[in-house]
Amino acid sequence: MSAHQPAVICRDVVKTYGKGEIAVHALKGVSFEARFGELLMIIGPSGCGKTTLLSVICGTLRADSGSIELFGKNISLMPDRELTAFRARYVGFIFQQFNLVPTLTARENVSIPRLLTGASYADAQRDAGAMLAQVGLAGREESFPSQMSGGQQQRVAISRAMVHQPRLVICDEPTASLDAAAGQRALDLLRDSARHPDRCVIVVTHDSRIFHYADRIVEMDDGLVTATQTASDYLRDHPHSPTPPKSHA
Amino acid sequence: MLRIALLMLFRDKAKYIMLISGLTFCSLLMSQQAGVFCGIMMWTTATLRNISSPVWVVDAKVEQVNEVIPLRDIDVQRVRSLPGVAWAVPLFWGIVQARLPDGSFQAVQLTGLDSSSFTGRPAVMIEGRIEDLRLPNSVIVDQVALEKLERKGIDARIGTTFEINDQEARIVGICKTERSFLGQPYVYTTYERALQYMPTQRKMLAYVLAEPKPGVSPQEVVKQVNALPGLRAFDHQTFFRDTMIWYIKNTGIPVSFGTVVLMGIIVGIAIAGQTFYLFVHDNLRYLAALKAMGAGTAKLVSMVLLQAFSTGFIGYGLGLGLVSIFGNAVLRNGTPPFYMPWQVPVFVGVVIALICCFSAAIGVAKVARLEAAMVFK
Repeated sequence: MSAHQPAVICRDVVKTYGKGEIAVHALKGVSFEARFGELLMIIGPSGCGKTTLLSVICGTLRADSGSIELFGKNISLMPDRELTAFRARYVGFIFQQFNLVPTLTARENVSIPRLLTGASYADAQRDAGAMLAQVGLAGREESFPSQMSGGQQQRVAISRAMVHQPRLVICDEPTASLDAAAGQRALDLLRDSARHPDRCVIVVTHDSRIFHYADRIVEMDDGLVTATQTASDYLRDHPHSPTPPKSHA
Repeated sequence: MLRIALLMLFRDKAKYIMLISGLTFCSLLMSQQAGVFCGIMMWTTATLRNISSPVWVVDAKVEQVNEVIPLRDIDVQRVRSLPGVAWAVPLFWGIVQARLPDGSFQAVQLTGLDSSSFTGRPAVMIEGRIEDLRLPNSVIVDQVALEKLERKGIDARIGTTFEINDQEARIVGICKTERSFLGQPYVYTTYERALQYMPTQRKMLAYVLAEPKPGVSPQEVVKQVNALPGLRAFDHQTFFRDTMIWYIKNTGIPVSFGTVVLMGIIVGIAIAGQTFYLFVHDNLRYLAALKAMGAGTAKLVSMVLLQAFSTGFIGYGLGLGLVSIFGNAVLRNGTPPFYMPWQVPVFVGVVIALICCFSAAIGVAKVARLEAAMVFK
């Protein structure tokens, strides 16, 4: 697989919560694609369907109609068990609240995706230690999440998302719980990881301070994709967005 | 992932300790109370274990060994005349007040053995010889009698005398017996002397002990005795079983102990169930994250089951360990009664396993309904 080929293709994805008068149409026919080697951001106001779209892309939620292809496989047609195994092997997750298990050390948290793909405990621990060193947390492997700052926790979460070399990394509001500096550092790591020719990073956010990290930006409103453009085009069209620091420009 | 599941459990110290405490208490309460109950049941059959005989003949109305309705002396001859009986001997048994050297009184279980054969003799002699019962005014007392005398400051040994019905009784031997439900010490003497010690009544024979002829089963002898008017016979096992059943049916002992055991189960369910529910509930977000990351429902369920059953196993072990310490202490002391047949740990283990199933079911139900997408909310 080479860079700029589609990693994720969504076609006319529809998702509705509830039925009848109380039905909420979260996605009303969303179509877009994300490519290998890029960091794609999905932005839009609260309630526009960003998180639902993210859940549908990674297969934690089934769409009512439409198709979602990951690396050429239509996950809409996959049985649950196969989809779960597929997710374990090919998808990495970074959650808004990190969701690090508080009773596990950083190393143990990071080792989980490796354990889920069948690695031995010793191998998983070794790989987790190496991954933590890559994100600058060497020496903090045995720390518990409560003993770490928000930025450090986010780096542990990024390590956990990357340790099994996934082809798709899903990030839900990765900077929501971080200060500006920690947020920039987390995005640096994500952007670096997205440079891999066999990887695609999709970030859902409404933190305008990090828009400049994206290769492309998908705008959503009311359950529909309203625009897809490069980050530079978006920032040109929206001059009110914060100016990126020079080092990232 | 199972190792991760155990780490999640063990490191949540507050809930882990609460879970283990609840299950340990439940296991301890159930096995200790069941052990004491079994001990009491064993005490009810002490006479049968202290006096060995294949066939016991009693009055037709007797239902259990501690109930004595005297027979006529001639009933010994009636039993001896049966075709399946090799021999039959009389046995006296009755409660009588003994006057101790310090002037105080102590109730004793006076047992009168056939003086020629000493059938029904104590199995273990600590000091002295059974044959010394042929000496004048001689008795053999058990270790319970010694303990009671020592507690009163009386230095009891061979040669010590006391009185039964104003007649001298001299200790010529000390034997070991099983403690009885009534709690009084056993005092052995000959049948004839026992009748002298007791106030005279028209009928004084308590039991006839019989031995079947070679090739004849005790059950066959029982049938032959039961055919005689006014008599009833039990083989050893049946008398043992019927005595325990009688106490279970006719006393409040099972209800009393059963209530405590039930409370143990309820406390176990309440503490373990509630704490495990909280444990799973608190970890639900992380379990959902694991599900999103690719842990299937079966894997998550196996993690929850392992967590539930590992606490059950540890709690069960600790509970039984504590009961063993208790049992060891009371067996040395002799009271309260304690006996733990293999069925007790098995029963407690099954109950603990059921409590774990209940606790795990709560967690499994939550995990099975878990939406991985909730981590994005």
